[in-house]
Amino acid sequence: MSVILFTGLVFVGSLAAGFLGSLTGLGGGVVLVPLLAIGFGVDLRYAIGASLVSVIATSSGAAAAYVREGYSNIRVGMFLEIATTVGAVAGAFLALIAPSNLISIIFGVILIVSAVLSSRKLVDRPGAQSSPLVERLRLDSTYPTSTGPQAYHVQHLPLGFGLMFIAGILSGLLGIGSGAFKVLAMDQVMRLPFKVSTTTSNFMIGVTAAASAGVYLNRGYIAPTVAMPVMLGVLAGSLVGARVLVSARVGVLRAIFAVVVFALACEMIYKGVTGDV
Amino acid sequence: MTSKTQPARSEWTDEQVDQWIGRLLQLGVMLSATLVAAGGIWYLAGHANAPADHEQFHGEPASLRDINDILVSIGRLNSLDLIQLGLLTLILTPIARVAFTVVAFVVRRDYVFVAITLLVLAILLATLFGAALMPG
Repeated sequence: MSVILFTGLVFVGSLAAGFLGSLTGLGGGVVLVPLLAIGFGVDLRYAIGASLVSVIATSSGAAAAYVREGYSNIRVGMFLEIATTVGAVAGAFLALIAPSNLISIIFGVILIVSAVLSSRKLVDRPGAQSSPLVERLRLDSTYPTSTGPQAYHVQHLPLGFGLMFIAGILSGLLGIGSGAFKVLAMDQVMRLPFKVSTTTSNFMIGVTAAASAGVYLNRGYIAPTVAMPVMLGVLAGSLVGARVLVSARVGVLRAIFAVVVFALACEMIYKGVTGDV
Repeated sequence: MTSKTQPARSEWTDEQVDQWIGRLLQLGVMLSATLVAAGGIWYLAGHANAPADHEQFHGEPASLRDINDILVSIGRLNSLDLIQLGLLTLILTPIARVAFTVVAFVVRRDYVFVAITLLVLAILLATLFGAALMPG
C-alpha cells in the first residue's frame, strides 16, 4: 500500500471512528486500535500510540465545550487524577514488556466490558452524608438543574480512587481513554450525578492519556505517519459528531456501533489467542 | 471553577477560570491540529507513492521521540519533525491545563489542592521529560 492510500484510508476510518465514538459516548479510541491493527496491519504498539494521541485530542476538544456548562467537578477530577496518572504510567510500562498477543486479548475483553458499561442507563442514586476526608477536601459540590443548583455528596472515595488507578492502567496499557470505567467509578461507586460523572470523566481522560503518551513518545511508539491521519480524522469526526448529537436519533447508530465493537473485540481476542498480532 | 458554595476570595470568578481553561484547550488543540496537518501535507507531497510500512515495529528514531531532539529540530525542520512537534503540542495541552489549575488554586489560597495539583503536574512532567531516568 502506498503512503497516500494508507493515509487517506486511515483518515476516513478515523473520521468514522471519531464520529461514531462521540455520538455513542464510547469514544473513538476503543475502535481505533482494532481498526489499525486488524484493518491495516499496523503494529499494535504504533496503533496504541496513535490512539492515545487521538484520545487527548477528542477529550480536550470536547472539554472546551463541557467546561463552561458548570457540570464537571474539577476538585474531584484533580484528586482522582493522582490515581489515574500513576496508573497510566504503570500501564504504559506494562505495555513495554507485555507480549502483543496478551495485550490483544486484554483489549478484546475490555472492549466488550466497556461497551456493556456504556450501554447501561445512567440513573442518579444520590448519596447521603460524606466522610470526613471528603469534607476535608471539600469535594462535595452542586450542579445546575432546571430547578436551580442541586447539592450532591461524594461517597466511597477510597474505592473510587482504587478503581481510577485501574482505569489509568487500562488507559496506558491499551491506549484508550477508559471513560466507561471512569464513569462507572464516579456514578456507581462515588454516587456523583451522571452529568457530573461524564463531564468530569472527559476532563480526566485527556490528563490520563497525556501521562501515558509521554512514555509512548519517549519509547518511540508514536509514529508520526500513523498518528497524523488518525489524530486529524478522529478530531474532525468527533467535532461533527458533537454537533449532530443534539439533534440525531442515536438509537440505530448505537446498535450498529455495538455490533461493530463486539465483532472487533472477538477478532482481537481471536488474533491474540492464535498469536497472529 | 469548582465548589460554588465556596465564597470567592479573589476577583477570579468560577466562570472566568472555566472560560480560560476552555480557551486554553481549544487553542492547544487547534495549534496542534494545524502543525500536524501542515506536516502531513508536506510529508505527503514528498512521499505520496512510497510504500507505507507500519507492520513491523522498529521504534521511532531519537529525533522523533526525545523531547529535547523534537524541540531542537525546530531549527532544521523536516515534515516528520513538524508532525511530531504538533503531537507534542497536543500532549502538552492537558499538562498546561493542570499547570493553569495550580495557579487558580494558588490564587484561591486552597493549599491542599495546590499540593494535589502539583503532584499530578509533577507526574505528567516526569513522564514527558524524564526519559533518561526510565528503565527499559
